[in-house]
Amino acid sequence: MKMKEIITLLEGRLLCGAPQDDHEFTSAFASDMMSDVLAYGQSQSLLLTGLLNQQVIRTAEMLDMRCIIFVRGKTPAEEVLTLAQEKGIAVLSTQRGMFTASGLLYSAGLRGV
Amino acid sequence: MTLQYHYTVPGDDFVHAGEASGHLKGILRQLGYPNDAIRRVAISMYEGEINMVIHANGGEIDAEIDDRGITIVLRDQGPGIPDVEKAMQEGWSTASDAIREQGFGAGMGLPNMKKYTDSMQIDTVLGVGTTITLRVDLH
Repeated sequence: MKMKEIITLLEGRLLCGAPQDDHEFTSAFASDMMSDVLAYGQSQSLLLTGLLNQQVIRTAEMLDMRCIIFVRGKTPAEEVLTLAQEKGIAVLSTQRGMFTASGLLYSAGLRGV
Repeated sequence: MTLQYHYTVPGDDFVHAGEASGHLKGILRQLGYPNDAIRRVAISMYEGEINMVIHANGGEIDAEIDDRGITIVLRDQGPGIPDVEKAMQEGWSTASDAIREQGFGAGMGLPNMKKYTDSMQIDTVLGVGTTITLRVDLH
């Protein structure tokens, strides 16, 4: 699934980063607990979370994730977005909750652990 | 070829935690190391770095890169680990609720470090500190 389709599906807003048009997303991981993302999210390239701090970006960086979706309409602080920009990670925000956002992506073909 | 890097990790600083791991990851990428090895180093070092921030008021990290792999030594002067066996169990954690609100403290740190590395040694003395040595081999 392309990033454009993800944005449409979740009525998402691109907060920073390139749309990564070339990348085909096939899997995702959803959690507010970064410890669990590090433990189980190793081969996923998309992260859904409601946690808003710098460590979300760092966690995605360590795992080579390309896109973070902040659920429940959350928007991280400017410095968090700046860090994402530096690391080349795209950031989206959606009004959908984590359950609904995950369900929509799953229905459209994304898979997870 | 052997390259050495030294990092100082400030304590109780959730904003900058992860900078050292991010830096080393960038170096390994520049050197052209395999992605799998880079990711394993990055995840395990980052877990160690976060642990230092959470539990030990920071610490020092030494990384050594050679042709056959990467060695990471994480040294802190924190409280030490009272029961290493328990700390190695998934889900066991002494982290506070404040730490959990930051997205950590699930009790996955040390087990993750073991899972992603080829060898891991923990030397800990109560009231003195902890040294963890990690090794990721290139396969």
